[in-house]
Amino acid sequence: MQRIDRLGVLLSFSGALALTLLPLVVFKANRIVPGEPRALLDLVPTAALALYFTLAVAAAVAVFIQSPRIRLLTALIGIAALAIAVASAADILTPAGNRVVRVAPGAGFWIVLIALGLLATDALTRLRPGPVLRVATLVVFLAATLAALGSGFFDDLSIMREYAVNATRFAHEAQRHLLLALGSLGAAVIVALPLGVLCHRQPRLRNAVLGVLNVVQTIPSIALFGILMAPLAAMALAFPALAALGLSGIGAAPAAIALFLYSLLPIVGNTVVGLGRVSPAAVDAARGMGLTAGQILRQIELPLALPTILTGIRIVLVQNIGLVTIAALIGGGGFGAFVFQGIGQTAIDLVLLGAIPTVVLAFSASVVLDALTDLTRRVPR
Amino acid sequence: MSRSALVARLAILGLLVAFLVAPQAFAPVFAPLNEYGAPAIYDQGDLLELALSHLWLVLIAAAASTVVAVALGIFVTRPAGAQFLPLSRTLVNVGQTFPPVAVLAVAVPLVGFGQAPTLIALFAYGLLPIFENTIAGLESCPPPVLEAADGLGMNAWQRLRQVELPLAVPLIMEGVRLSLVINVGTATIGSTVAARGLGEVIIAGLLSNNAAFVLQGGLVTALMAILLYDGMRLLEQRYLPTSRN
Amino acid sequence: MIQIDKLCKRYGESTVVDDVSMVIEPRTMTTIVGTSGSGKSTLLRMINRLVEPTSGRVLLDGNDTTAEPAYLLRRRIGYAIQGLGLFPHRTVADNIATVPRLLGWSAERVSARVTELLELFQLDPGLYAAKYPHELSGGQQQRVGVARALAAKPNVLLMDEPFGALDPIIRTKAQDDLLGIQRRFGTTIILVTHDIDEAFRLGDRVAVMSQGRLLQHDRPAALLTQPADPFVAQLTGSGDKSLKLLSLTTAGEVADQGIVTGPNVSWSMSLRNVLAELVWCGAAAATVVGPDGDPIGHVTLASILARGRQAR
Repeated sequence: MQRIDRLGVLLSFSGALALTLLPLVVFKANRIVPGEPRALLDLVPTAALALYFTLAVAAAVAVFIQSPRIRLLTALIGIAALAIAVASAADILTPAGNRVVRVAPGAGFWIVLIALGLLATDALTRLRPGPVLRVATLVVFLAATLAALGSGFFDDLSIMREYAVNATRFAHEAQRHLLLALGSLGAAVIVALPLGVLCHRQPRLRNAVLGVLNVVQTIPSIALFGILMAPLAAMALAFPALAALGLSGIGAAPAAIALFLYSLLPIVGNTVVGLGRVSPAAVDAARGMGLTAGQILRQIELPLALPTILTGIRIVLVQNIGLVTIAALIGGGGFGAFVFQGIGQTAIDLVLLGAIPTVVLAFSASVVLDALTDLTRRVPR
Repeated sequence: MSRSALVARLAILGLLVAFLVAPQAFAPVFAPLNEYGAPAIYDQGDLLELALSHLWLVLIAAAASTVVAVALGIFVTRPAGAQFLPLSRTLVNVGQTFPPVAVLAVAVPLVGFGQAPTLIALFAYGLLPIFENTIAGLESCPPPVLEAADGLGMNAWQRLRQVELPLAVPLIMEGVRLSLVINVGTATIGSTVAARGLGEVIIAGLLSNNAAFVLQGGLVTALMAILLYDGMRLLEQRYLPTSRN
Repeated sequence: MIQIDKLCKRYGESTVVDDVSMVIEPRTMTTIVGTSGSGKSTLLRMINRLVEPTSGRVLLDGNDTTAEPAYLLRRRIGYAIQGLGLFPHRTVADNIATVPRLLGWSAERVSARVTELLELFQLDPGLYAAKYPHELSGGQQQRVGVARALAAKPNVLLMDEPFGALDPIIRTKAQDDLLGIQRRFGTTIILVTHDIDEAFRLGDRVAVMSQGRLLQHDRPAALLTQPADPFVAQLTGSGDKSLKLLSLTTAGEVADQGIVTGPNVSWSMSLRNVLAELVWCGAAAATVVGPDGDPIGHVTLASILARGRQAR
């Protein structure tokens, strides 16, 4: 075993370089102008020294200590120290009662954060936690982050300022985002699962269905959203009852339908692959022992294909959460509304207010469904 | 690919080129989509030029991601890079949860509007499938084959060059093709940050409520993706012996 | 009793099973032997209607098998195949319990039966019941496969190359176990194999199939001494035809009265092994001892040689 960890060297070196060359905090006179860097040491000397000390320890651990537990712990402490130092700087820099100035984390902050995040991720990966532990870790981490943000300590940071302005809308868009992503997934599962079973049985149908769905997948999302607008608008016009139900050419309806269409391929495809991998001997034996076709499907084929099907569902959910952001372009709402509004106003904080929750949501969905897949996998791959 | 499938692809290619070169000839096809005499064919720019710019953006990004991803994939599967392998795997998984819009949105403040943030987003997004497939391809080489290579006296470089890479090429190319298809679609979103591409046509359609524009942009992009994917596979089967079947 | 009556199976132009008729006596083991593509598996699979015949019929104890739904018929017939088809997501106990549960047995009865079968196949229930198939060795998996086929106490057991995946030593053991079970429960067993030695070793009767046709269905000795077809002669008669014939007869069956000087051999030893023993000892005759160890007669080298010559 080598004494020096190469990954640790790379991370420590990048972090140190970022600390010396790039600012940890930037001060902006308002939310749109570019920021000017501020030195942490001048603003909050104690917190800054504590941070530098913590980071030095983390770097030493990353380079010399192999134990994943210790590496994880120091990385987490480093992240906390980084957040606290930047938040205290924001507190000092913001004049009381001023709602215009913005104090944002600088490029140095993000790079050090990424380096520490990678160190923690690497340690977690090496610990190889089981599915339940992974979900528990995620829940604890999310809860701790939410509690920290809710404490008010970080309220002077620019993104939290942006959040404070948009708090009610944020809750609304979050709800809309989840509803669109999960609703289209639910509808897709209901259709795609039976379709996948049929495709497994009928090779001809399989080629046709997968061919069509593959083509659907290549249509760029904004185009598919747009293409669906016209017929939906026409339908709403022709059937006022549908319009009364909320169907219209713009907004959630075309987005939901487009997401539904995109969701079909991974689920149908993975159902077909999963069922195809079930050992023919097991199915033959089941038939030979007198299981009916329905019993074979329910008791043998679907349970054995379940991990593969769940993998498809994970792909769809992660993909949907990402695609919903684009739905904002056609008035579908969701976190994308903040992103595109932010791009329009060149307000990076607003962009991040939309982008970060989207990533967190997609990542959490991926962790949870991965864990579920592992739990259903009784048979080694 | 069967002869009929090949003929179908060539027909699609012909149709696509014809549309891009002489779009007005197709006006009757798209006219019924619009009411009140709105233009049936995109009229705010040259479709051919936009398509080429779109394609160029995707190809540049894909070339860069291929070089970087394959190099990284090789590095983490060598003894020298072994310490990076577990993290790389996790990063590939985490990276796939980043929506393209988020990557794009984060790139804008770094490099401003225009082609640059789109290129960065396409590059970053294109890395993942290629990197993942490079690792998978290199790791799927059968151990007896590697042992035989060692037994024949190849050094590490010769083994990589003559045995591992050729065996991994089909999977690597699969990753490149996937990456291309994803990026042809993702590049349309680049138009929201002022990159020149077919997204412009779609967004112009969305803004002016012109379904014909949206359909044109979408169709051209989708056909380009399909043709790129199949064309790549055809080239592979022709020139890379291990890619056949 | 199973009566197979003019059974045919055609797929389009090709005839896989061609007008096969045979009668299988209850409580016997019949082996069906043939090359791959001879139609032997299809014939077997038509008995429990995994394959529906194109024409002809199968009678099970006088009743046409098409009289009830196929899945109900199959629950009464044990079925074990090569590669076993154990359900990888179910424990050993759950695998074995499949058919009893389908038949609606009570939970206690099912678990008692599972325990009984595991013990019968020398698998400690405490250790193996909760294991998954991939945690077992090949031989253990094979025993679980047969145990599962026997779980609902079927009168008839169909086996398609059940020992195909086993290495020779375990294979011999598995064959012995099967013979033991067949004798103990009187199950009617039909076993398909491509291995002529296995067919001879296990079968009370051996059916030889080629290109969809049943060439001969008879006692093993008859196949050696009176092959009905050149193919049968070719299949059974390589250079060791006489030794094969000798291996079908035990010393007890042919012992003459009287005791001779020479080695003692068990009554259950095949004449082939007695011959080997005599060659080894340089003796001209051997004393045959019965199950209790008392001499019951003798066999001479000359009589063994004379029997071996019947193969001609």
